Amino acid sequence: MAEILRGAEIFVRSLIDEGVEFVFGYPGGAVLHIYDALFQQDKVKHILVRHEQGATHAADGYARSTGRAGVVLVTSGPGATNTVTGIATAHMDSIPMVVFTGQVSTALIGNDAFQEVDCIGITRPCVKHNFLVERVEDLATTIKKAFFIATSGRPGPVVVDIPKDITAASTEYIYPAQISMRSYKPMTKGHTGQIKKAAELIKNSERPMVYTGGGVILGNASTELTELVRFLGYPITNTLMGLGAYPSSDKQFVGMLGMHGTYEANMAMHECDVLIAIGARFDDRVTGELDKFCPDARIIHIDIDPSSISKNVKVDVPIVGCVSSILKELLDQIKQSDFMKMEISSHPWWEQIDKWRKIECLKYQKGTDVIKPQAVIEALHQVTDGDAFVTSDVGQHQMWAAQFYGFDKPRRWINSGGLGTMGFGLPAAMGVQLAFPKEKVACVTGEASFVMCVQELSTCLQYGLPIKIINLNNRYMGMVRQWQEFFYDRRYSHSYMDALPDFVKLAESFGHIGIRVEKSGDVKDALEEAFLRQDRLVFLDFVTDQTENVYPMIAAGKGQHEMHLSPQDRELA
Amino acid sequence: MKRRHTIAILLENEAGALSRVAGLFSARAYNIESLTVAPTEVSSVSRMTVVTSGSPEIVEQIIKQLNKLVDVIKLVDLFERPHIERELMLIKLHALEQNQREELKRLSEIFSGTIVDITNENYTIELTGPRETLDDFVKAVGESSIMEVARSGSIGLLKGNKTLNI
Repeated sequence: MAEILRGAEIFVRSLIDEGVEFVFGYPGGAVLHIYDALFQQDKVKHILVRHEQGATHAADGYARSTGRAGVVLVTSGPGATNTVTGIATAHMDSIPMVVFTGQVSTALIGNDAFQEVDCIGITRPCVKHNFLVERVEDLATTIKKAFFIATSGRPGPVVVDIPKDITAASTEYIYPAQISMRSYKPMTKGHTGQIKKAAELIKNSERPMVYTGGGVILGNASTELTELVRFLGYPITNTLMGLGAYPSSDKQFVGMLGMHGTYEANMAMHECDVLIAIGARFDDRVTGELDKFCPDARIIHIDIDPSSISKNVKVDVPIVGCVSSILKELLDQIKQSDFMKMEISSHPWWEQIDKWRKIECLKYQKGTDVIKPQAVIEALHQVTDGDAFVTSDVGQHQMWAAQFYGFDKPRRWINSGGLGTMGFGLPAAMGVQLAFPKEKVACVTGEASFVMCVQELSTCLQYGLPIKIINLNNRYMGMVRQWQEFFYDRRYSHSYMDALPDFVKLAESFGHIGIRVEKSGDVKDALEEAFLRQDRLVFLDFVTDQTENVYPMIAAGKGQHEMHLSPQDRELA
Repeated sequence: MKRRHTIAILLENEAGALSRVAGLFSARAYNIESLTVAPTEVSSVSRMTVVTSGSPEIVEQIIKQLNKLVDVIKLVDLFERPHIERELMLIKLHALEQNQREELKRLSEIFSGTIVDITNENYTIELTGPRETLDDFVKAVGESSIMEVARSGSIGLLKGNKTLNI
């Protein structure tokens, strides 16, 4: 005989049975029964954020760093609407997340009740799926389905809207061990015939290029990818979302590609004859102008989502399925043939790539008194031995972190790639630090992004999260300013951050340590000092060069081979 | 080249399933000509028919995106196979003078329609057929005699032994 429990207790028990460690949330009227049930147990830890957007980003950071679903609990109305940015952020980057929103009681739905919104309607376009729980008998099964959908196939956020009366009603509690849905069967195994075709193309290429995205990280396929690429001896590039899937310190890695990718990565893409795209979606920030994209290449595309295939770029050999098993099968196929590894020291294709590398597209002025933002990221790499979890906000600092940190492991680089959500960095770092309390967690941010979720400094104090905040403070919305400089004749419309706070005092007022760094000679010492404070959050306010821009850059309408490499180069172009 | 496609979809008979499909079309700027939905003989399953048009690439994306919706169980693009397609129309027409009434009655017979409501001033005719046939009938009666038109949107089945079933 199963236990009879109230909906609120069923909710909490379901989370426990699902193995949920943390719930990021904020209480309110519609979820008071649930909060009461949470209070009476100690298995699921609730992390009280200061704004519901922070809860979603924290759950997101937890999910990206661990691979497990992040869990959010908020109340109805504004509680629910405040999660939308975080849900959309997770949706664009395919992050597993389950968001529970309170709802007014069933009888009141549609009556414009206090704190009522149509949460299912509002979130529908930015979730993988959502549910309104209409009977307490459906609650446990719905929660199981939500976790199943969020974490399987191409992952994504799932919203479960729970009316208040459902949490008060009682029924038998049975949490299903497994769930099967006739309308949802994520494909897992790649088609062997297609893998054979891909192997043939790969073996016979002269100028191959491996291009991998976030799907390799989400699919936990870094080991298989590294093994395959090393066996082939081919060059590899990662997207912004895919950094760390292949060790960036390896010789075969040619850097990130795309709008702010390296010269060698973008040129190799443009000149390749076979492109092996793995867990990547041919985003416009990667391809540049589509008409000019990889003109000579036959394209192989491995992805778990059939709708990613030939969405933006028509591909020759699509393989739909779980990336790790496909890469394994692909490597087996190639190993069985008489394939000769491409020698990095002597092959003409590598000679060509080395010529591109010699341009040193990421070089910047060193030895200046003023702090160069790139130098801060390089120093951060040194001080953390390249092994920190790095979260970022959105803009120039994000690109510099991606270009200069050098990620050797997956799930270390945590950023909002698809949606580009400012305010993501700090709450995401909270989720990472909670999941990995002993690890170094750095949030690389800018003074504009940071204040968008600044309130979470209070959460960090409450839970003793020793995050190190690396603020690249150039007193501009840097990326907006860069575009205005390049394309709007230096009319800096509303991109200047007037009336900035004193960030040192700001950090101190929240109970943390604040350090202002103004000279390039002090950068490394300040970082070392900060990371020595293992139990404290330290806010490092680096006053950086106001005029520094992110290079290389592919402007709108340009192909991957048409990069600007420096201010001089840009004037010429 | 843009072609007209009729897509039959079996989906879970859940609240919100219809808005997911409709929302997909608007969010991705896909064209939607008609959309019709009703429960099937299995109470948990609805059958929806969407008529859309687009290039082969766009229609391929539409099919993939529809398949990706968690509520969608199965679907078939009827355009690719021999199929039967029908639409229902109710059309209310001015029918005042005797010769006009005779003419409408004759046209209705030609198009295998049924006059389902008669007053001194008008006829309401029920007509079933392929979309083009209904268009032809509308043209034949002439704009000036039409008071009101209600059309169901197309539904369709594959020919022969082939079926779309769960």
